[in-house]
Amino acid sequence: MSAAGSNSGWEVVIGLEIHAQLATTSKIFSASSTAYGAEPNTQANLVDLGYPGVLPVLNKEVVRMAALFGLAVNATVARRSVFARKNYFYPDLPKGYQISQLELPIVEHGEMFITDADGNEKRIGITRAHLEEDAGKSIHEGLDTSSGIDLNRAGTPLLEIVSEPDLRSAKEAVAYLKKIHTIVRYLGISDGNMQEGSFRCDANVSVRPMGQEELGTRAELKNLNSFRFIEKAINLEVERQIDRIEDGGTVVQETRLYDSDKDETRSMRSKEEANDYRYFPDPDLLPVEISDEYIEAVRESMPELPVAKQSRFVDEYGLKIDDAEILTASRALADYYEAVVEATGATAQIAANWVIGDLAGALNREGKDIGESNISAADLAGLVSRIHDNTISGKIAKQVFEAMWDGEGPADEIIAAKGLKQITDSSAIEAVVDTVIADNPEQVAEYKAGKDKLIGFFVGKVMQETKGQANPGQVNQILKDKLSS
Amino acid sequence: MTALHSQTLTELASGLKKGEFTSVELTQVLLDRIAAHDDKLNAFVTVTASAALATASRADAARVAGIGGALNGLPIIHKDIFCTRGIKTTCGSKMLENFVSPYDATVVQKLADAGAVVLGKSNMDEFAMGSSNETSYFGPVKNPWNPECSPGGSSGGSSASVAARFAPAATGTDTGGSIRQPAALTGTVGVKPTYGRVSRYGMIAFASSLDQAGVITRSSEDAARLLGVMAGFDERDSTSIDQPVPDYLASIGDSIKGLRVGIVRQHFDAGLEEQTGARVKEAIAVLESLGATTVEVDLPNLDMSVPTYYVVAPAECSSNLSRFDGVRFGYRADDAEDLLDLYCRSRGEGFGDEVKRRIMTGTYVLSAGYYDAYYLKAQQVRQLIADDFRKAFADVDLIAGPTTPSPAFKLGDKVDDPIQMYLNDIYTIGANLAGLPAMSVPCGLVDDLPVGLHLVGAHFNEETLLRCAHQYQQQTEWHKACPEAFK
Repeated sequence: MSAAGSNSGWEVVIGLEIHAQLATTSKIFSASSTAYGAEPNTQANLVDLGYPGVLPVLNKEVVRMAALFGLAVNATVARRSVFARKNYFYPDLPKGYQISQLELPIVEHGEMFITDADGNEKRIGITRAHLEEDAGKSIHEGLDTSSGIDLNRAGTPLLEIVSEPDLRSAKEAVAYLKKIHTIVRYLGISDGNMQEGSFRCDANVSVRPMGQEELGTRAELKNLNSFRFIEKAINLEVERQIDRIEDGGTVVQETRLYDSDKDETRSMRSKEEANDYRYFPDPDLLPVEISDEYIEAVRESMPELPVAKQSRFVDEYGLKIDDAEILTASRALADYYEAVVEATGATAQIAANWVIGDLAGALNREGKDIGESNISAADLAGLVSRIHDNTISGKIAKQVFEAMWDGEGPADEIIAAKGLKQITDSSAIEAVVDTVIADNPEQVAEYKAGKDKLIGFFVGKVMQETKGQANPGQVNQILKDKLSS
Repeated sequence: MTALHSQTLTELASGLKKGEFTSVELTQVLLDRIAAHDDKLNAFVTVTASAALATASRADAARVAGIGGALNGLPIIHKDIFCTRGIKTTCGSKMLENFVSPYDATVVQKLADAGAVVLGKSNMDEFAMGSSNETSYFGPVKNPWNPECSPGGSSGGSSASVAARFAPAATGTDTGGSIRQPAALTGTVGVKPTYGRVSRYGMIAFASSLDQAGVITRSSEDAARLLGVMAGFDERDSTSIDQPVPDYLASIGDSIKGLRVGIVRQHFDAGLEEQTGARVKEAIAVLESLGATTVEVDLPNLDMSVPTYYVVAPAECSSNLSRFDGVRFGYRADDAEDLLDLYCRSRGEGFGDEVKRRIMTGTYVLSAGYYDAYYLKAQQVRQLIADDFRKAFADVDLIAGPTTPSPAFKLGDKVDDPIQMYLNDIYTIGANLAGLPAMSVPCGLVDDLPVGLHLVGAHFNEETLLRCAHQYQQQTEWHKACPEAFK
């Protein structure tokens, strides 16, 4: 193994090919539904099945989505792009060719910025993004000697986003992938669901001696379906390649499959076995021609992107930059947050604390997405408002939050039902303080002798007596006054 | 009254309207003829007698109710390349010997909507690859003029059927001459419209950028009538063109006085059999007598059309035919050992030699390292040929010449010599490469075998072709000539 996996003396070079399934309701060349999870072959019509005589018709929505992506990554959106056939035989590929784009893709020369290990902004080039159709799936489970084919996925639209080999570590690769993941969801062009395979990634990985200009031989890693696996798989592959070269061997160009169960990559096929895909322009489809007016219309429909939203959150709501970054990680989360702020008025930071803190914690605990939150933005705003107007303390609020999460109703109802309203009446607090002082003469003596930190003990006692409902600021002040008199 | 089987579509339409006979009677007459005589020709793969009679009966009822379509009750035949719901669509191949399409091609649907009665599906070269009908898995079609001769191909079953008076009209498809060459060799009219004029949806693809559906009839007027129904934009075919369909019959009677007819010198070079050339020149003289003027035009790249075609068409076919893999439909080899064996044997056993030859040629020209030298170069030459035509049509309204280099050749004569076979399409291929409308019109006999006058028009100018051919047919009787055995 290379020295403690430090890769010292070696430079890692990574390029990613991301397949983002476009969130259209129908397929790229047919009217079949793209909904996930249907019974096998119930969402495959004659076009998807590649029947004799049928012809593809382009779903125009995919063009809009690709153009939107292109504009969002500062790319050139081609005024003319061409669909080509990629020919190979496989049972899940009904026509014997996949309709894709080769020479004239719809998007070229884009870029994305990530933060590198030193905290600096780094530009990652996007070579191209092209439209293509997905294949079906082969099914082996539950079939003894035969294989099944499910063509529901055949013809689902994909945008393949190809990066330059600008990434220098597994961490950078993941950072870039997350950025792309965020942007496609922001644009509403993909749901980005990695479990369902609507956001997948292949990584081209090579190593070269530090300072060498020529690229090393690359291996293509497939089947990377989570951010964690991608990082692990790339690191494993980097180690494998360095070990091999340091042991006097060479890296062969091949496709390798990542096995998450065994935590290893293994060879799928080498370059020699690679297909000659015999690409040529698909004569059944016309070139896609896009006008300047069309591009402008798409540009105008562009939603606010993460970077812009983040700085607006800082400027408009006075948030810390880190909080703003977390809150803009997804458009749904940012929208949720803004809905809370809008309903509560000038309590943007408290709202941020709650969304990032307790809400995110609860969602995480149950593996839920913001869209599946038990508490609506309006209800969370209700809770934040009661904190803001001192009806309840932050501590009591946590109790109220949990009750809300468990479906016991809006904040006001829970506060009323459980009698959690904060005690702000000074005379009531004074009475409790007097009792606590009277009951704990020893501690009072010690405090007066200079043991200041005992103030916490007294606050605790008072809060205990008031079931946490006393206003903590007032308790503190009254205790200090009485103990020093 | 002329015997029903000898009447044109136009005459039959009139007779039905006048109540001289019913569609059921007419359909029965033709079905009887097919039953009695098709063993001599092998023009049909499937005869749909009971469905035809049922359609005819509905057409008769519709006529009585006054609601029949433009072709109500008129019998036609479909080339077996058009998908027909519930009826076998074989494409002349063992691969699809038992394939029953779950849907109708747009052409089939449109003709059915207009009330046409389909008598059956006609024999053809396998996957439309051939010029003699000898590549059909169901055996060659024979020429009604001489059973030892080929009726041409690939729409040979359609041309033979119309020539033998089995039906007044049939559909066909033309990728390099597959409507016009068989029309010429059987003394019928064959029209290949502009690429994109008629929907390709449901027409089993051979070479997508060249394939175009058309008609085989006995008169230009009938062709106009049928084409008017078939043509038009189809949202299911991205290459079909959204342009209104003119009423082809409206202008067909207009004079051709002043029509500028282009003559290409190379068309009358050594490759053309002398008597065939003589008939074509006589036909052009008839056009001149009707007031047309001839202008010599140059198509300098025309000699490259056959080699260009035999790169582009096989390339597209090699990809189009990949879907026939034994997995979802069509022929599947027995007892496959594994996936590769299933593919290799299903395709190896399901396709015939000519189809395999073209798939292999096409695979080769698209391969890494050969693509630029063959496929890309061929596409560039194709552009040059299209440009030649465009320049020519600045000076002329149509181009006239021979459809084929000679009359029908003997079955078996060229089957072992693909190059000779391919050269039979030398005059017709250019129109496919350039996407132009073209037609063949019977213009005489050579040793009792018909030959055809080939007319090529500018894009979407079918009207001029049909009018010119119709005017010619008003002066001549060649289209009425009937093979002796089928009178």
